[in-house]
Amino acid sequence: MSNAPVDNGRRRFLTIATSVVGGVGAAGAAVPFIASWNPSERAKSAGAPVEVDISKLEPGQLIRVEWRGKPVWVVSRTPKMLEQMKEHEGQLRDPQSQEPQQLESSTNDYRSLRPEIFLAVGICTHLGCSPGFLQGNFGEKVEGTDDGFYCPCHGSKFDMAGRVFQSVPAPLNLEIPPYTFLDDTTILVGEERGVA
Amino acid sequence: MFGKIIGWIDDRIPMTRVWNMHIAQYPAPKNFNFWYFFGSLAMLVLVNQILTGIWLTMNFVPSAEGAFASVEYIMRDVEYGWLLRYLHSTGASAFFIVVYMHMFRGMIYGSYQKPRELLWLFGMFIFLALMAEAFMGYLLPWGQMSFWGAQVIISLFGAIPVIGDDLTLWIRGDYVISGATLNRFFALHVIALPLVIVILVFLHIVALHEVGSNNPEGIEIKRKKGSVAEEDKPKFKFHEYYTNKKDIVDAIPFHPYYTVKDIVGVVGFLILFCWVVFFMPAMNGFFLEGPNFEAANPLKTPEHIFPVWYFTPFYAILRAIPDKLIGVAAMGASIVVLALLPWIDRGRVKSVRYRCGFHKWNIAGFVVTFVLLGWVGATPQTDMKTIISQICTVTYFMFFVLLFVYSKNEKTKPLPERLTK
Repeated sequence: MSNAPVDNGRRRFLTIATSVVGGVGAAGAAVPFIASWNPSERAKSAGAPVEVDISKLEPGQLIRVEWRGKPVWVVSRTPKMLEQMKEHEGQLRDPQSQEPQQLESSTNDYRSLRPEIFLAVGICTHLGCSPGFLQGNFGEKVEGTDDGFYCPCHGSKFDMAGRVFQSVPAPLNLEIPPYTFLDDTTILVGEERGVA
Repeated sequence: MFGKIIGWIDDRIPMTRVWNMHIAQYPAPKNFNFWYFFGSLAMLVLVNQILTGIWLTMNFVPSAEGAFASVEYIMRDVEYGWLLRYLHSTGASAFFIVVYMHMFRGMIYGSYQKPRELLWLFGMFIFLALMAEAFMGYLLPWGQMSFWGAQVIISLFGAIPVIGDDLTLWIRGDYVISGATLNRFFALHVIALPLVIVILVFLHIVALHEVGSNNPEGIEIKRKKGSVAEEDKPKFKFHEYYTNKKDIVDAIPFHPYYTVKDIVGVVGFLILFCWVVFFMPAMNGFFLEGPNFEAANPLKTPEHIFPVWYFTPFYAILRAIPDKLIGVAAMGASIVVLALLPWIDRGRVKSVRYRCGFHKWNIAGFVVTFVLLGWVGATPQTDMKTIISQICTVTYFMFFVLLFVYSKNEKTKPLPERLTK
């Protein structure tokens, strides 16, 4: 090569310049390919709030409604459930709900607008399974607590306020969706209204 | 006339040269045992997957509304649709069986050691691509297990600090697993990943033929040029690409010797494979899981969810650790550590036959660990099994730690001069 009639300095400059310009071009061309994986406009707009009628909800009962493709639980908590929730606070990761898994209005002891009605997104904060409602037989998972939620996938446990117990894989309390009581028996899930 | 046609082609594309270099005059050690079936079997299964896969796409509808019903349609109304699907679903499990055997072969005979590190790495990339391929394929029937399995695996990425949540959103293309996810997984499953796998397999074989095959004795058949006496050289003609650089001992041409041998393996494999396809395609829920016969329901997780059997050892490691980020990291590490085997093993003796007794026990322990993890990961979690999985997670990584320690100054047996006399 040394004797070849080649200007190596010029060749190196051209190689680097072409590589840089080509690289920038390739990075630019990658943008539409990567961005097309984001949720489409249709997917983004499909998050409309849903109304739930709770007039037939019995104490202790849970109903599931679909909001943005996710299960949302609506539970009518009995006085016993509310009582027991206070007793195991020492075994919880985040008993005071300091992590932002709920709106300001639900950051309280019950994680709800009204103590007896509890709403949560029924998706485990570990890897996204939907925990089961162990009504009356949660005691075999956590002693002294009769009711709670147990995730079948990896064994995470949540109490009746969706608060996660310690030494399970789930890191956070269950998410509380924004919601509004339209009247005493109708809840609008997905939107918080009338908060001053 | 025939020779003329060949000559005409050879003037335009190196057909005969490639055939000789890589098949008819390729020197392979003469002592391959049954462990050496699994490479060619993996290629056979790959062909099966591509062929049946193409035919399945002809009737499959990749949409949240149509996927489950179209699989039922293939099973019930398409002529031989049931066979095509069972060949494909059984092929997926068979792929992992032969690949695990193939990897285990590499482990016991030290086939990852110098100079075959890159060969091993290409193999690990194939394994990774294969896992992605299998995972995305499992979403397509849109059953309960498809849906919730994908939910769990995609959520794994959510454990990554800072970008986790946005990353899972980007992968799903929606706030939950939806038709958007199904469609992109379909595209990746039928086009992108098969292409990647085929290219990687090509590179794997190119790398193999450059360094040559290892063998159960773990000694090289390629010797320094001029070091081998004429009467010690095999009486076969090998391609000068190999003989120009090295003297070769104890080798036979790949064709016809190993092509014929591999056919024996293929026949044995197909007997077992067809038995599963025709008589127990669901394999008691191991190859096709029960909940997947029910259409995906985003509101209800099946009571027990497990990945398909081939992911359960890694899944058990994830489940063993009661912390999201560390669990996911440990699962990732359990695969990465395999890829690093060429550098973790500091020994110079390859085959388990000539390594220290402790190495044999270490490998045996690793096998037991892997099987136990697979079992724990495939059955409902109990307190007892959590403890088993935690112990096994430790022993899984201990295999590599111990290997790194003792392989440095290992007491090995003397290596033979030749494969056989």
